[in-house]
Amino acid sequence: MTTDIDVKHPVETEGPRHTVKEPEVRYDKQGEMPDAERVQKAMHGFVKDFGRTAAIYLESCIHCGMCAEACHFYEVTGDPRYTPVWKLEPMKQAYKREYGPFAAIYRTLGLKAPVTVGELEEWQHLLYDSCTVCGRCSLMCPMGIDIAGLISQARHGMAQAGLMPHELWAAAERGAREGSTLGATPKVFKDRVEWIADENEIEIPVDKAKADVLCTMSSIEIMKYPESIAATAKIMKHLGVDWTFRTDGYEATNFGLLSGQEEWQREMSLKLIEAAVACGAKTLVLPECGHAYGALRWMGANVYGKPLPFRVVHISEFLADNVRGGKLKLKKLAKSATFHDPCQISRRGGAVEAPREVMAALGIELKEMFPTKGTAWCCGGGGGVVAIHRADALRYKVFQLKMDQIDATGAELPVTSCANCRQTFDDGQAHFKWDETMKSLLELVADNLAEA
Amino acid sequence: MDLLAFTRGPGMHWALTIFVIGILWRLLGILLLRGRRDLSEPRNTAVWKGLRLIGLRSWPRKEFLGGTAFGEIMGYTFHIGFLVALFFYLPHILYFEDLFKGVLGVNFHRVFGFDWPSLPGAAIYFFAAVSVAALVAVLVHRIWDPVKRMLSNFDDYFSWFVTIAPVATGMLAFSHFGAPYPTLLAVHLLAVELLMVWFPFGKLMHSFTIFLARGTQGMQFERKGAPL
Repeated sequence: MTTDIDVKHPVETEGPRHTVKEPEVRYDKQGEMPDAERVQKAMHGFVKDFGRTAAIYLESCIHCGMCAEACHFYEVTGDPRYTPVWKLEPMKQAYKREYGPFAAIYRTLGLKAPVTVGELEEWQHLLYDSCTVCGRCSLMCPMGIDIAGLISQARHGMAQAGLMPHELWAAAERGAREGSTLGATPKVFKDRVEWIADENEIEIPVDKAKADVLCTMSSIEIMKYPESIAATAKIMKHLGVDWTFRTDGYEATNFGLLSGQEEWQREMSLKLIEAAVACGAKTLVLPECGHAYGALRWMGANVYGKPLPFRVVHISEFLADNVRGGKLKLKKLAKSATFHDPCQISRRGGAVEAPREVMAALGIELKEMFPTKGTAWCCGGGGGVVAIHRADALRYKVFQLKMDQIDATGAELPVTSCANCRQTFDDGQAHFKWDETMKSLLELVADNLAEA
Repeated sequence: MDLLAFTRGPGMHWALTIFVIGILWRLLGILLLRGRRDLSEPRNTAVWKGLRLIGLRSWPRKEFLGGTAFGEIMGYTFHIGFLVALFFYLPHILYFEDLFKGVLGVNFHRVFGFDWPSLPGAAIYFFAAVSVAALVAVLVHRIWDPVKRMLSNFDDYFSWFVTIAPVATGMLAFSHFGAPYPTLLAVHLLAVELLMVWFPFGKLMHSFTIFLARGTQGMQFERKGAPL
């Protein structure tokens, strides 16, 4: 299995993004099983999530189509298939036929056809390639349906049926097996940390038995933006925090969540939780990674089965807390910047103002895009889309929205606090030969720490 | 038994029964499903404040207004026209007051201290006409717009039909147009009963679920401190 994945889907480390090599097969399928079994597993996966909340949402759609106006994929293509609620059609069909209050009538009278494997294959493109789970549609829906939340649940069914895009499946599988989705194994991580520590002449604690703060990284940062590791260490030293990295729980990226593979999602989250518990951390700091925030801050306790015995904060919240507390002293940058809101941290995570507070502390003149904050356009790479090669052409179209928005601000620096967004910007910059380079808020802070 | 007697008697009785039982069945079928307790540490503990989304989402944010204005305006127009004609036309009010007394055993006036107000027939006719025009516009838009056309199924078109039919037949009955009044009234009542029978099974149930869905999203997002 291991060899098979490494041969078929080796990690691609060159180029402006970090993913696995482009697979040849489209309408990807994992595992060998008859179509009927695949459909049955998908149905089981859908039905498993049909609690009260999902039912309320699935019962409420009036087919007004307004959610299309909120979706960047529809905005740039005008293709009705990208209407967010249409992406849920097989799930809605499954709900009405198998689970809703009138399911028996639908089945008996044959009013809803069973979902077919052909439909599921077709919907793979809609549920993965053309949805970043950014949640803009959820804010648009006049009925109040959290469409993005349902998309994540629909991915569970697809994952159970072995109908994920190969890239997400391979990355999630590797994460569950090796401890890292994109090759940042504990050994690689430790080596990188040692190298970064030497390079920057800074002490980086790893595997301390006890620490107040456990810091984590995204696989993209470890492999592509290792300067984030140094930035974290510099800031922690500046703050005088008792902190550590741990090799038994360091990677916060959760391809289990992105792919819809709940078991792998759980395993990845539990590694972080258990590492924090083991070192008695009072705070677990999540890295600049959008889905990591959703996975642990908002879903972590639910996979753990009880409230977490420590706080979970995004690095931008941690920085803002310390700005407010007067511990984080920063030099004034005296530049203008615009902030790209990572969807899972800002719109769906609620940490909207924290990065802006930090930018204010840096003396940055903030030039907001329009729209911004809750209704900001997604960069197009979230939800695992940046890793899916066959989605590239579509993603680049979406990215143009973001370039136009940033150019319109006239700001000197584009800044974000998500490494996945950052690599989407780097990839888009290379593709369009754009003259703007996305900056990391974390690194900006680390580069502008005031002398003690 | 002629058609009018049927629609006033057993027809209305059965339609009302299906209407009430159907709504309860569907609502309970949703609400009695298991709910999952969210164990994450809330950013805001007063999650009930998220219920304000029920009101807030009644009009889109300015960022979303451009592409949705037609749907919003037409939607409000036909809903307002329909509801005014339904609740402020004197014969309807007399029926509701009878029903009120029949169910609760007391007069509406005694409970609320005032009479259910009515509008003049001409005003009702105007509101009904506006509602019909807006309903025709939304149907044309549904067929013409690629997104709505793709999303639409039998429920959308049949729900549209059972919504416009009582309004249109009510206007015909009001103006005594095209047939003897008892026939027009019977057809109007039949259209109302069709609406009531279909109501629990199709999208018309959004009259209830809109509050559940908005309230649910509002509380979920308020808990996270996410924008509503």
